Amino acid sequence: MGARIRSWLVAVWRTMRRPSVHYSLGFLVLGGFIAGVIFWGAFNTALEATNSEAFCTGCHEMRDNVFQELKATIHYTNRSGVRATCPDCHVPHRWTDKIARKMQASKEVWGKLFGTIDTREKFLDHRLELAEHEWARLKANDSLECRNCHNYASMDLTRQSARAAEIHKRWLGSGEKTCIDCHKGIAHHLPDMTGIPQG
Amino acid sequence: MRDKPLVALAIVVVLAAIAVGYAVGRRKAPPPPSPAAETTTAYSPADNAGAPPASGQIDAIRRGIPVDQEGEPPLMARVENTDVKRNRAYPMQPPTIPHSIDNYQIDRNSNRCLLCHARANADKFQAPPVSVTHYMDRDDQFLATISPRRYFCNQCHVVQTDAKPLVANNFKDIDTILSGQIDQPQQKAN
Ligand code: HEC
Ligand code: HEC
Ligand code: HEC
Ligand code: HEC
Ligand code: HEC
Ligand code: HEC
Repeated sequence: MGARIRSWLVAVWRTMRRPSVHYSLGFLVLGGFIAGVIFWGAFNTALEATNSEAFCTGCHEMRDNVFQELKATIHYTNRSGVRATCPDCHVPHRWTDKIARKMQASKEVWGKLFGTIDTREKFLDHRLELAEHEWARLKANDSLECRNCHNYASMDLTRQSARAAEIHKRWLGSGEKTCIDCHKGIAHHLPDMTGIPQG
Repeated sequence: MRDKPLVALAIVVVLAAIAVGYAVGRRKAPPPPSPAAETTTAYSPADNAGAPPASGQIDAIRRGIPVDQEGEPPLMARVENTDVKRNRAYPMQPPTIPHSIDNYQIDRNSNRCLLCHARANADKFQAPPVSVTHYMDRDDQFLATISPRRYFCNQCHVVQTDAKPLVANNFKDIDTILSGQIDQPQQKAN
């Protein structure tokens, strides 16, 4: 058995090493290039497809819980008509971060398979844990996703309410705090917050 | 037929009663409403800004618009978000909220108001901490945490909007009454 596989592998190896007799070098280079482009495109398309709100809300775990809550907030409808969708807040826009986040997301497929949050009750039981992952992520990257849209340098503090302007100048201007420290629960309902510092 | 005259008499009496009733009713009835009078009191779309209808009756739902007509909704009132404290009308009045509270979560899990108004966060958010009455139970005992009967802040504290008041208010606070009494000659000495 082992010998059979080895001889087969050796044959494959020989074929791969032998120079091509039928195709020109130009054809092979060009063909390889085109194949590469197609592969790259397909990969990116797949990445884009999984990076849309429709994809996220395809799972009832996401649609029935967090999405319903998002609908009542300013990030779903507002006077300027700019929408923040799930991937805007949950998947970093930079490419390397994107892949890293996708690798983490494979865990969710496990969750789906084993039904960790497939009922509302189970979701509520797990909610604090899930939220803590998100808070830790946003804290670690200095609220990168929020800052993709909201930039402190571009905030006109005179146009904010006095309450907001004063606080932002004091804590954001000095870099002491980041958005998620004070704005937890901006998009979804909060789990039981006893003992969790806010602000 | 022996009682023919009786029947005739009965018919005459009934007819007479009808005639008299008709005459009396006509004299007492109010004049039929003229179309001109109706249009003056009717709703005109131009002045729908929430002003109370002239009749003096409060009709907050239809604002005086006849039921067979579709009214234009008035502009939505905006919450005043000026961050300027307002006067209290009397010392025990729960102060009105001088800022917007859109989407603030207040439930078993979290109380957004206490993020800023808790005793321990006053320095961070520069908000007035809730007063000591908010820690008292109904036997006036002080609790360590916010009293359950004070947990749902919006029971007592409300925001103010720029909507026009539907009814006039002639409330006078105690200072006005006291100063009014000083102006008037004292009626009773004590
Ligand atoms: C296959 C169904 C499915 C899809 C599609 C899906 N999710 Fe989830 N999601 C889950 C499940 C199940 C969990 C719970 C995972 C666990 O138990 O750790 C979860 C958890 C999460 C969490 C908490 C993560 C954590 O670290 O604990 C976030 C945030 C999230 N999803 C966002 C998204 C976003 C954004 C999308 C779209 C890009 C998306 N989900 C698409 C099923 C899904
Ligand atoms: C896709 C861009 C986008 C992203 C990402 C985003 N926001 Fe926003 N945010 C908006 C828009 C648009 C508004 C509404 C602006 C308006 O019309 O006043 C808004 C409004 C807000 C408000 C004002 C709420 C109010 O009631 O006035 C807060 C606070 C806020 N965002 C915080 C955050 C935080 C925290 C994050 C990160 C978790 C975040 N945003 C991520 C676009 C975004
Ligand atoms: C130290 C706490 C703190 C931090 C950090 C903070 N905010 Fe705020 N923010 C507030 C408070 C308090 C308000 C006003 C009250 C409210 O809307 O809840 C506010 C209001 C806002 C508003 C609405 C402005 C208005 O005029 O009402 C936006 C938008 C906002 N924050 C975005 C951000 C973003 C983006 C970040 C991160 C770059 C951030 N905030 C960081 C405390 C903070
Ligand atoms: C404005 C940014 C924003 C948008 C848009 C947004 N989220 Fe979130 N999401 C957060 C933040 C911040 C948390 C961390 C928990 C919290 O503060 O509520 C979170 C937490 C979560 C969690 C963990 C469970 C929980 O509720 O804490 C899930 C799952 C999730 N989001 C999924 C989604 C999905 C699916 C969408 C799109 C329908 C979405 N989010 C849209 C900011 C956002
Ligand atoms: C982000 C911090 C913050 C949150 C959250 C907040 N407040 Fe305030 N509140 C303030 C500040 C700061 C003031 C002082 C005046 C100002 O700047 O608006 C204030 C003033 C008040 C006052 C006026 C006190 C007085 O003496 O006149 C009341 C009442 C009040 N808030 C109630 C509430 C209620 C009820 C909620 C929850 C629905 C709430 N606040 C949520 C920061 C906050
Ligand atoms: C049962 C009614 C009631 C409830 C519920 C209530 N309050 Fe009050 N609040 C009052 C009254 C009355 C006053 C004024 C007299 C006083 O200080 O006791 C007041 C005063 C205040 C003041 C001004 C304190 C000062 O020293 O100037 C603040 C701020 C305040 N409340 C915030 C809150 C917050 C936040 C909540 C929710 C956690 C809340 N209140 C719940 C009745 C209430």
